[in-house]
Amino acid sequence: MRFLTANPSYLQVTPLALVILLFLLFPVVTIVIVSFWDYNAYQLLPDFIFENYEFLLTSSVTLSAYLKTFFFAITSWLITLTLGFTVAYYLAFYIRSPLLQSVLFVLCTVPFLTSNIIRMISWIPLLGRNGLVNSTLQEINLIDAPIEWLLYSDFAVILAFVHLYTLFMVVPIFNSMMRIDRNLIEASIDAGASAFQTIFQVVVPLCKSGIAIGSIFVVTLVMGDFITVSLMSGGLSASVGVLIRNEISLLQYPAAAAGAVVLLITVLIMLSIMFRFINIKKEL
Amino acid sequence: MAAPDKAKRKAGFIPLTIIFVLFIIFLYGPTATIAILSFQGPDGGLTFPMNGMSLHWFRQLFEEQQVGDFGGSLTRSILLGIAVMLCTAVFSLLAGLAYRRSFMGGNVLFYLTLVSLILPSILISLGIGIMFDRIGLSPGWYSSAFGAHLTWTLPFGLLIMFAVFNRFNKSYEAAAIDMGATSWQTFRLVVFPLILPSLIGVCLFGFTLSYDEFARTLMTAGTFNTLPLEIYGMTTNVTTPVLYALGTMTTLFSFTLISAALIAIWAVRKSRARKAPTSA
Repeated sequence: MRFLTANPSYLQVTPLALVILLFLLFPVVTIVIVSFWDYNAYQLLPDFIFENYEFLLTSSVTLSAYLKTFFFAITSWLITLTLGFTVAYYLAFYIRSPLLQSVLFVLCTVPFLTSNIIRMISWIPLLGRNGLVNSTLQEINLIDAPIEWLLYSDFAVILAFVHLYTLFMVVPIFNSMMRIDRNLIEASIDAGASAFQTIFQVVVPLCKSGIAIGSIFVVTLVMGDFITVSLMSGGLSASVGVLIRNEISLLQYPAAAAGAVVLLITVLIMLSIMFRFINIKKEL
Repeated sequence: MAAPDKAKRKAGFIPLTIIFVLFIIFLYGPTATIAILSFQGPDGGLTFPMNGMSLHWFRQLFEEQQVGDFGGSLTRSILLGIAVMLCTAVFSLLAGLAYRRSFMGGNVLFYLTLVSLILPSILISLGIGIMFDRIGLSPGWYSSAFGAHLTWTLPFGLLIMFAVFNRFNKSYEAAAIDMGATSWQTFRLVVFPLILPSLIGVCLFGFTLSYDEFARTLMTAGTFNTLPLEIYGMTTNVTTPVLYALGTMTTLFSFTLISAALIAIWAVRKSRARKAPTSA
């Protein structure tokens, strides 16, 4: 026990380590174990069977859910990246007053600290059949009948993802951009590069890790989501998270656990690719 | 804005400003819309047009039979938020201090904390739910949901603390020790005041992230709902603007907290600047 008194770090880090152990590692281990169990309508039956995985991996429902989820993830990623990069670029390079810059930055991040569910619900009066968008378009005679695919559709799901998660791109990309030596930009322009060449050949490579951090957030949040998909698609689309959620509500925990393990492995593979681009500790 | 400043504006300033303004409208527009609609008259519906103006739906909110258990779930969410906030602040501060020295297992724990942040919430929710079930504890908002929330707030707290201590100027501390301060005095009188603004930020994150958390609470709250669960329940069975009234109330509550935290941070910085007029 001498190392405890020699280095107070061990004592200081104990609460964090306990939370991680009790509420992250144990639950994940539990999921892995339970995913091999059997179950009937009333209870879980400890066992070691592969049926949950067999059923999961051979079902066409799983395949289509994964395809749908990847589609949501890639589309949302592309849009949030483009939008987030543009907003961060504007804040970092076009706003000169530090005070205004902080105010606008805070303005972009405040919604993160408000309720996601409320932010999703607030699209209903805008996008619904009799919503503001449809009634305005009808009033100016652009359309005859209300557009049906605005709400409760894949469009609505992606819109909500972009609405909820763009700031996860803005914050790390802005952070990377603020560290770029402004002389490099000047040099690029002096050397005759166009604005676009400067952006793509100087700015983008220099905020690679900001882009990677934002991408990790957006992709993992979308991959594991069930609430946005079920609320905004009105139950019409099924992502991987929605399937797991359905099995949970039917109390088929081993099946849900197997689904969660496969999702976890998928996410970890995607993360291992994205983590190659960054050194997190250097970013802080 | 002075005139020469304007002349120096870079190309692309106007289109980018337009994009930025549209982005802000995109961020806040929907929330503003339901804020307006929550003042619908008693006969008003979920969409425009406004059918008169009233506080009818806000009054409805406080009549328990109408919208489930709004008062109870709000109380639970606030208590849980406060507990999560305090633990997040204390635990991340301690861990932040711990990481100023290297120690065995430090890297593993750091990456596990990151995993805790980016692991799909439904996995943590399901895992804690089943774990409590298996060891024969009934899940509760004050036990399992509390732990689940910490797995979401602590990584943010730790990352903020890392950022703080990476920028921390150690010579202040060295000076205090040179002048004979004990390590507790150094912490209380030098380190703590310097990092106080960031700690307020950690508290803000801790409270608001817990207060709004849905996915990690779903399987862990037990018998009694927290506010986000209550709101989610309402989306399927409430078809009146009372839903908007509730949304507007909680958003206003969050905005109030955010403003209070920002003002507190600003006040701390300002009082420090006044105390040290010579450092510029």
